[in-house]
Amino acid sequence: MQTLRRKDILGLEEMSAEEITLILETARSMREIIQRKIKKVPTLRGRTVLNLFYEPSTRTKASFELAQKYMSADSVSVAGTSSSLVKGETLKDTVRNVEVMGIECVIMRHPVSGSANYLARNVEASVINAGDGMHEHPTQGLLDMFTILDKKGRLEELKVVIVGDIRHSRVARSNMWGLQKMGAEVVVSGPPTLMPPDLEAFGVKYCPDLEEAVEEADVVMALRLQKERQEGGLFPTLREYAEIYGLTSRSVVKAKDDLLIMHPGPINRGVEISSELADSPRSVVLEQVTGGVAVRMALLYLLMGGVKEE
Amino acid sequence: MPGTLPPSARQDMEGGEKMALTHKATVMDEKGIMQALRRIAHEIIEHNKKIDDVVLVGIRSRGVPLAKRLQEYLNEIEGSAIPLGILDITLYRDDLTERQEQPEVHITDVPFELDKKHVILVDDVLYTGRTIRAAMDALIDLGRPATIQLAVLTDRGHRELPIRADYVGKNVPTSRSERVEVKLKEIDGSDQVDILEQTKD
Amino acid sequence: MKTILIKGGRLIDPSRNFDGRADLLIKDGVIEGMKNGLKAPSGSETIDAQNLVVMPGLIDMHVHLRDPGYEYKEDIITGSRAAAAGGFTAVATMANTDPVGDDPTTICYIRERAGSAAVRIYPLGALTKGLEGKELAELGRMKSAGAVAFSDDGKPVFNGMIMRNALQYAAGLGALIIAHEEDPYLAAKGTMHEGSVSSVLGLRGIPSAAEEAMLARDLMLLETSGGRLHIAHVSTAGSVELIRRAKAEGLKVTAEVTPHHLILTDRAVKNSGYNTNTKVNPPLRAESDRQALWAGLLDGTIDVIASDHAPHHSDDKDVEFDFAPFGIAGLETTLPLMLDEYSSGRIKDLTLPILVDKMSTAPARILGLEGGTLQEGGAADITIVDPDRSFIINPETWHSKSRNTPFAGRQLNGAAVFTIVGGKVVMREGVITDQ
Repeated sequence: MQTLRRKDILGLEEMSAEEITLILETARSMREIIQRKIKKVPTLRGRTVLNLFYEPSTRTKASFELAQKYMSADSVSVAGTSSSLVKGETLKDTVRNVEVMGIECVIMRHPVSGSANYLARNVEASVINAGDGMHEHPTQGLLDMFTILDKKGRLEELKVVIVGDIRHSRVARSNMWGLQKMGAEVVVSGPPTLMPPDLEAFGVKYCPDLEEAVEEADVVMALRLQKERQEGGLFPTLREYAEIYGLTSRSVVKAKDDLLIMHPGPINRGVEISSELADSPRSVVLEQVTGGVAVRMALLYLLMGGVKEE
Repeated sequence: MPGTLPPSARQDMEGGEKMALTHKATVMDEKGIMQALRRIAHEIIEHNKKIDDVVLVGIRSRGVPLAKRLQEYLNEIEGSAIPLGILDITLYRDDLTERQEQPEVHITDVPFELDKKHVILVDDVLYTGRTIRAAMDALIDLGRPATIQLAVLTDRGHRELPIRADYVGKNVPTSRSERVEVKLKEIDGSDQVDILEQTKD
Repeated sequence: MKTILIKGGRLIDPSRNFDGRADLLIKDGVIEGMKNGLKAPSGSETIDAQNLVVMPGLIDMHVHLRDPGYEYKEDIITGSRAAAAGGFTAVATMANTDPVGDDPTTICYIRERAGSAAVRIYPLGALTKGLEGKELAELGRMKSAGAVAFSDDGKPVFNGMIMRNALQYAAGLGALIIAHEEDPYLAAKGTMHEGSVSSVLGLRGIPSAAEEAMLARDLMLLETSGGRLHIAHVSTAGSVELIRRAKAEGLKVTAEVTPHHLILTDRAVKNSGYNTNTKVNPPLRAESDRQALWAGLLDGTIDVIASDHAPHHSDDKDVEFDFAPFGIAGLETTLPLMLDEYSSGRIKDLTLPILVDKMSTAPARILGLEGGTLQEGGAADITIVDPDRSFIINPETWHSKSRNTPFAGRQLNGAAVFTIVGGKVVMREGVITDQ
C-alpha cells in the first residue's frame, strides 16, 4: 500500500495494520530529516494547517507545530475555550471559518470524546485527532509504537503492559487498539476502579497485581494519574496508589532484562513511576518525543501530499 | 498497459491513458551498459583531479544500483573506496499536488558530510530535468558541496529546466510520446535499455 | 359539525376485545354507532376504510411540549400538530418548562393554550416545587386546575423521604405519580449506557443500576405508602424484572417504554459516529435490555408505549456530544415505528390490538382520561391507520419545530392517515386541517 486512503486520522480502532505500517515506515524516513542540520523539506509549501487546541497541551502541540515547520507548511495555532458553561464560539461556527480560510488540515484537541468525528463530518479538510476526551489519541499511540519498533525491531509477539488509569485515558485506548493490530499482546494493570467497564471490549487481559502483570514483559507503559480521580473516590490516596501501582525497580523485577519503560508524559515522579526508573537507561520517555515529530510529519505528508480521492 | 511499467519510472506519462506501450527498439544491452559506466568512471577521474573529495549519490531507485556500479569501477581503477549515498527526492517533488498516486517516501541515507565535496549525482534517465532539480535542492539541504556533477545512463532530451549532464552513457533521441525503460539486474533481473512507443490499443 | 361515516374498516377496540370489520358513525362529536351496513346520513362525509384500521384515538402520555419557556424548541400548538400528524388525539405534557409547571397558574395557561391546539393537551403537574425534589408542589390545587398526574420527569426525586411523602399524599388525592428513575450519583455526568460501547467511545456511562436502584427504592416505598405509581421510560432488563415482581405482589404500579428503547441499542451511538440524536435519557441500552423490554411489553409488565417526545433545536443538538441535551423528538415517528415492528414480523406475538392497547386504552385508563375506546356515546377520538403505507422518515417535513431523531432516513411501513378529535378531522393524509 502506497497511499493512506482516508481523509482523517480519528483513531487507531478504525485503522488497519497495513495503514499503521505505512505510517510507521514513512515516519522512519521522516526521522532522517529531523537528524539533519537543516531540518526542513519543501514538501508542503503553500499548504495551510490549523492547530485547534481546546485543551492545554505543551508537547503534543509543540510536536505538531515542529512537524509542520519541518514540512514547510503554513500553520496557524488557535487556543480555543470549550465549555457548555462558558458561551464562546461554537465548534460548528469555528468549522465554518475553517472552510472559508481554505485550511487543508485541522489538528484538533478537545476535551469531549467524539469531537474529532464531529469536526471531520463537517469539514472537507483532513482532521487529525490530537486527543478527544477519553476516546483516542492516535498520534500518541503511533509514536509509542514507533518508539517500541525502533528499540525492539518488531511489535509482533511483544508483551506490553499498560499500568494506571485506563478508564479515563485516550492514550491507553489508542495503544490498546494499535498494539494489538500489530500483533503485540497487551496486558493492563491498575485498580479495578480505574478500568473501563466491560474491558473485554478491547480484547486485552487485565491483571490487577502489577508484579504479576509485568512478568516477562518487553514494554511497560505508565499512564499519567490525574489527581481529580482521587476526589472522585476511585482510589484512596496518591501514597497508596504509588505503593501498589507505581512502577519501581522492585515492581518490574519479573520483567525481561531489556524491558522498555515508557510514559506519555508529563510524569508525576514518585507516583506512577519512580525517578530512579524514569531516569534509567531502560526508559525511553525522551525518545518518545522525537518519534512524535516524525510520526506527525508522516501523517501530514500522507494526508496532504497526494491528490484527494474523489 | 501503462500499469505494467515499473512504478519508479519517473518519466511523466503524456496523457495516453488508453494507449498501449509496445517495444520499439533496444538501445543498450548488458555489455553496452557496462561499457558506458566504465567510460563514465574514467571521465569522472579525468575531470576530478583529487578523487578523494569525490562522493557518489544515487537517486532512488535506479540511480542507486548505477551509483554502486560506478563505485566498483572507480575502486577498480583508483583502488580507493568512494563514499556512496542514497537520495530520496519524494519530499522535494514539484508535482505532489498533481499526481493521483501518492509516491511512497523512503529514507535518504547520505552517511557523510557533503561540505566541500564534489558530488556525482547518478540517475538512469535524464528527461525534463525536474527530478535533478529536486535532487539538487535535497542535496543543498544536506550540506554545501564544492560542485554537483550529473551522471546519467541515458539522456533522452526534452528538457524543461536549464539542466545538462556532465557524464552521459548514451544519448537516446526520442519523441515525447515514447518512453525510455531502463532495466537493471539489481532491481529488474536483467540489464537493458528499451524505447517503448505508444500505439492505439 | 359534520357527521362522519367510516366505512368498511377493520375496527380494533381493546376496551371491548373487539377486532373485526364494521362501520363507525360519528355524530355531534361522539361515536353514534358501530355495526355493519350503516347508511351515510345526508350531508355526511364518508371515509372509505376498506384497507385501513380504525382504532380509538392514540394517547401519548409522555411528551415535552416545552411551552412555556422554550418555545424555540416546541410550543403547544406545533407540538399538537406534530401529535395529530403522528396519529395521536391526546398528549400529556410534562412540567419541566420555564416557569416549571408546579402551580395552578401554569396548569391553567397550558389548558388555555390547549384550546387552540389540534389535539387534546393534558397538563402534568410537577411533583415538587421547581422540580427541586425538596418540597411538595400543590398537588391538590393543580389537580383541581386540571393536572392529570404529577411528575418531576427529567429529574429523579432523590430524597427518599420526599418520595415517600409524595406517594402517601397523592394517594389521598387519588392522584397518580409518574417517576423518572435515576440515581444522580450513579448516573454522574454520564452521556450514554455504561458498557462496552461507552468504554470504546470514551463516553461516561450511565449504568443500568442508576435506574434500577431508584426503581427498587420507589417500589419498596409504594408497598407501605399506598397510592399509584407509574414508571416513565423503563430502559433496562433489571427494571422490567423489578416491575414484573412488584405487579405479581399486587402493587399498584404501571410502566411505559419508548419506541427508541424498543428499537435501538447503545451501538447506535457508535454506528452514527457520536450523533447527538442518539443521546437520550435514559440512554439507549444493550441488546439484552432491548429484548427484555419487548418481553415485558408483551407479557403485560409494561403497560404503555409513550414517545417521551423531547424536541430540541439544532443549535442545542448540533454540538459536541457531552454538550448536547438529552432527548429524541418522537411524536411523528412513534406510531410508524411501532407499526413497522408489527408489519415486519420482527417481533413474534406482536399484534395490532396489543399496540392499540399500549397506545390508547392503557394510557387512558392509567391517567383516567376519556377515550381509549370505540364505545357508543364516547368522545369521537379516532385514529385511522394504513398499515401498508410505505414512507421514509424525513424530519424536514415534520410539523414539530424540532428535527432531533436518530431514525431519519428509515423506510417504514405503516402510518396514520386520519386523526379525528372530538368528531373533527384534524389530520388527513398527513395534512393538518385547521379549524
